[in-house]
Amino acid sequence: MIMEKVIDARGLSCPQPVLMTLNKIKSLKKGELIIKVDTETSKENVSRAAESQGWKVADLISEGSEYTITIKKD
Amino acid sequence: MHDPNVIVGFEGSEDAAVYKLSDDLGIIQTVDFFTPIVDDPYMFGQIAVANALSDVYAMGGKPITAMNLVCFPVKTLGLAMLREILRGGIDKLSESGTALVGGHSVEDNEPKYGLSVTGVIHPGKVITNRGAKIGDVLILTKPLGTGIVNTAIKAGLASDEAIKQVSMVMSTLNRNASVAMQKIGVHACTDITGFGLLGHLKEMLGSHEFTIAIRSDVVPMFPDVVEYAGMGLVPGGTKRNRDFCQDLVAASSDVGPLMLDILCDPQTSGGLLIAVSREKGDGLLQELQENGVPSASIIGEITTETKRRIAIE
Repeated sequence: MIMEKVIDARGLSCPQPVLMTLNKIKSLKKGELIIKVDTETSKENVSRAAESQGWKVADLISEGSEYTITIKKD
Repeated sequence: MHDPNVIVGFEGSEDAAVYKLSDDLGIIQTVDFFTPIVDDPYMFGQIAVANALSDVYAMGGKPITAMNLVCFPVKTLGLAMLREILRGGIDKLSESGTALVGGHSVEDNEPKYGLSVTGVIHPGKVITNRGAKIGDVLILTKPLGTGIVNTAIKAGLASDEAIKQVSMVMSTLNRNASVAMQKIGVHACTDITGFGLLGHLKEMLGSHEFTIAIRSDVVPMFPDVVEYAGMGLVPGGTKRNRDFCQDLVAASSDVGPLMLDILCDPQTSGGLLIAVSREKGDGLLQELQENGVPSASIIGEITTETKRRIAIE
């Protein structure tokens, strides 16, 4: 079974996207995770949350007010 | 309509209005209400009152009467919780010597509580956010970071100690700080609210030709606040505040993004930001610390104008 590794946190306000990211990071431990958010605050917060847990922001795509953040940990 | 008796109205980004009734008496009017920021309803009631009275204290006035504004889902949350909120409010009002004289309540899906407050002041002694002078020092009377800690509380990640401290500080009246600054004599004052410290510095700049220099290493803040900001527990208002001030701010290279977020953190029931002459600065600080305002600190000064008018080091 392939684990779902995309979090869609669009439409949610902080701290919800951060909590979802932190919880998923905890269960994955390492690998790759994609988070979709739709505010700049959430984008910054999710990136910081990931980095605080030793993950790196590998890619960031912005389309209008939507952001797709790819984070990684080896 | 322009009424000459309106001494302070909308124009100066003040949160309260002052109306002159006679040469030696003016009334202050202000209103504030919000959704719960802590789980404990009794504490929420106290914080709402401290927050609503703050505008009066920042101007150097004395609150005399208040009216409750209540929105509450009685069917889902029950009357017992509402009673606790109102009991917190009444207790804090009586601590401040303000009479509760009425109020209004409506059914609403989400609870909200606050008050409309009336105060009195001598029309010639109104302290506003405009009036700081070159050479003044700036004093902040409460630690920063209520917005970030409250976001951590919402996320269930705040420590018991942080919750305790932030609740205690938010429910502390700005009365003692106000009495101290009136005794010593100051040039300008405002209370820190949703605009954050930097937002209020921008208001304090107004059209004056000076720069405000802030030393970020001595700004009082809650103990866990840097850690929470680093975990991404920053409220949405912070970015709005940062954008609002960005053009004015020159931050030295060792002031990182976490520190800037804390300086822009929207505050609930924040402290007073006071501009006082350098000669009186230490005296005011001592007066504050001896009268129940232990966090009061000199955080910066007003200097001659530089290109970017809020300098942070």
